[in-house]
Amino acid sequence: MMTIKLKIDKQDIEVPEGTTILEAARMLGIRIPTLCHHEALKPYGACRICLVEVRAGTARASTLVASCVFPVRQGLEVTTDSDEIREVRAGLLELLLARCPGSRQIRELAGEFGVHETPYTPRDHLCILCGLCVRVCDEIVGARAIDFSFRGQALDVKPPLLTPAGTCIACGTCTTVCPTEAVKLEEIARVPYGHAVSETHPGERCRVCGTHPTKPEFPANYDDWFPK
Amino acid sequence: MKTCRTHLLLCAGTGCVSNGAFEVMRSLEEEIKRHNLTEEVSIVATGCNGFCERGPTMVVQPDGIFYQRLTVDKVPHLVEEHFLKGRPVKELMYTEAKGRPPVPRMNDIEFFRHQVLIALRNRGRIDPEKIDEYIANDGYAGLARILKEMSPEEVISQIKKSGLRGRGGAGFPTGMKWEFARRSAADLKYIVCNADEGDPGAFMDRSILEADPHSVLEGMLIGAYAIGASRGFIYIREEYPLAVERIKRAIRAAEEYGLLGERIFGAAFDFSLRVVRGAGAFVCGEETALMASIEGKMGRPRPRPPFPAESGLWGCPTNINNVETWSNVPVIILRGADWYSSIGTPSSKGTKVFSVVGKVENTGLVEVPMGITLRKIIFDIGGGIPGGKRFKAVQTGGPSGGCIPENKLDLEVDYEQLAEAGAIMGSGGLIVMDEDTCMVDLARYFLAFLEDESCGKCVPCREGLQRMHEILDDITEGRGTMDHLVLLERLANTVKKASLCALGSTAPNPVLTTLRYFRDEYESHINEGRCPAGVCKALIRFSIDPEACTGCTACRKVCPTDCIAGERKQPHKIDPDRCIKCGACHEVCKFNAVRKT
Repeated sequence: MMTIKLKIDKQDIEVPEGTTILEAARMLGIRIPTLCHHEALKPYGACRICLVEVRAGTARASTLVASCVFPVRQGLEVTTDSDEIREVRAGLLELLLARCPGSRQIRELAGEFGVHETPYTPRDHLCILCGLCVRVCDEIVGARAIDFSFRGQALDVKPPLLTPAGTCIACGTCTTVCPTEAVKLEEIARVPYGHAVSETHPGERCRVCGTHPTKPEFPANYDDWFPK
Repeated sequence: MKTCRTHLLLCAGTGCVSNGAFEVMRSLEEEIKRHNLTEEVSIVATGCNGFCERGPTMVVQPDGIFYQRLTVDKVPHLVEEHFLKGRPVKELMYTEAKGRPPVPRMNDIEFFRHQVLIALRNRGRIDPEKIDEYIANDGYAGLARILKEMSPEEVISQIKKSGLRGRGGAGFPTGMKWEFARRSAADLKYIVCNADEGDPGAFMDRSILEADPHSVLEGMLIGAYAIGASRGFIYIREEYPLAVERIKRAIRAAEEYGLLGERIFGAAFDFSLRVVRGAGAFVCGEETALMASIEGKMGRPRPRPPFPAESGLWGCPTNINNVETWSNVPVIILRGADWYSSIGTPSSKGTKVFSVVGKVENTGLVEVPMGITLRKIIFDIGGGIPGGKRFKAVQTGGPSGGCIPENKLDLEVDYEQLAEAGAIMGSGGLIVMDEDTCMVDLARYFLAFLEDESCGKCVPCREGLQRMHEILDDITEGRGTMDHLVLLERLANTVKKASLCALGSTAPNPVLTTLRYFRDEYESHINEGRCPAGVCKALIRFSIDPEACTGCTACRKVCPTDCIAGERKQPHKIDPDRCIKCGACHEVCKFNAVRKT
């Protein structure tokens, strides 16, 4: 397999073709913040927090790209921290903080970029629509019990056709990948969050890990979580 | 084929049809029959002629006489005078202004005189539903040439040499795009025609598909041969029923003639085409969202790379070009890259089709060489601003384009010059605005459109546009502060830099350009609580000047909330608390007594 040589924050690195900038940076121990990224899932590139500057070969100007989806290229020069990057990330975090003022994780990350309050009218979401729960349910669990519904401002995570999904096995994987604790296992059972299991569906264990529940505190018998 | 002494080329584009072109056609047929002229005069329903403002239009060939604003009741007179007695009817000809002499011939009319037709070469000349008429005008000759004489590499090098750039908006060199797709090794490759024209007020692609569908098919066939694709899709908006019908008919005709299918022209080249109708999402004009939509998934963009040339439809190498790009291709092959590249500017070759709309005398579709000035398009071809009003700005490139002010009207239109001015070529919408347009309100309007059309996948576009819209609401409703302006500019830059696809990264253009060229209007809204153009309802007040008011009661009668009081022949008064600022009194007053401040 071909290897690619590039520079990240002035450090040389050689990685296999197809590696993303984010993966290469992590090999060097460079931290790039992410919200919608998970090692086990295909890259998605929606939260834009992981933006870095890249400059290819002789190009004079650098451009901002999402490091989680951008594959490395020969001779690429990557900067993971600069005034411009910090400014754009801060701008994005102001938006997310306004969307989810109650989220501890968003507040902490925003704080790192000097954003302690938002200039916009706050809303009361917890979900940042990063799609991790949707993707893990599809790519890992294989249940496809939830997906995005609607568009733009109305975008939301829902079970197909907005009815309880018969395919949900209540494995709870969506709750473990959620970066803002917006998905709660109780709610999977109780419907209100939307992506809900059918009440008559018997709980199953995760098809991938199989033998044990995804989080130790989860009950052995998921039936207990269903409303009686 | 029947030979007639006179051919009536009646425009049957969407604009003229909605103004009654088909009724006019039926009436023409009846009259011609009545006068026993059916053997001598033939009627051809053509695609959009471009001069939509004057529709329904008709060109009489071979004399080239142009008739406009035809109505059913004028037809009997026209047929009798012109087609029976041979006396062209002056009253139905175009005049530049009242009292000026009529201009009988189409090519002498200012609107047509400055145009150079390449993509629209057959508009108003052929019946788009008859493949023979396209073939009679050199149609499919380019395809025949490449299949008999040229290798795919030679085709690509011709297109590269011509300097053709993508007409969908981004302006990427077409030849290079083809070369990438050619180099991707795969058993199956796809060609896509992007006909998801979603910009409000833009109808270039629709008109090409309606007027000359075979030019698009031929372009796609040439592209397919060049990159080695065997299957193709035309992704077209469901809102374009006539274009959908014509392209489907064109595909059927081409299949019957063996121009689509297996072993085309006896060469080892197979190609089949399918039409996919879009459900009306603006974002599906973005190529990755478009591909997702063809695949039957939600129309949401994905990050590039991988580019479609490497991994497109169902993972196969795919080449996507816009309608106008495709229709340019056959002419380049036939007349040569050198001829094509002799038109235009050093960086942008050939012509561009623009739909000129808004506050302009001659609304319509024009094709002009690159490098023409905006002034020439708007004032010479477009005929200037109606009603003696002053020009204020022109928005190029659709909702995510930029507003260009008067002092930049001499800018020579090409991809680079427009980008430098903060605007984009886009797909070719030109919206002209006069002094009555509020630039802050305009920015808000376009932003609201894009916010609505955002797919919601990435944070900057979904959350950012919503917040920019909120800020503009505050400014236009009188709650704005100077801090808002700083925040707006900062946020616009964040959205521009951080968005996943071109919808988000160009969405702030209307805001950024109006802030750049019309900052004073924003400041008037904020600092003086005044909308200089008198558009933003929250900031305007209607009052009656007692000196000028004659007490005619016209305003009182028209007011929907009965908030105007006053006796006959006495000055009237508006109750500001109950006034909903609809402006009806302002419009109806003959004495200029209703003041808008």
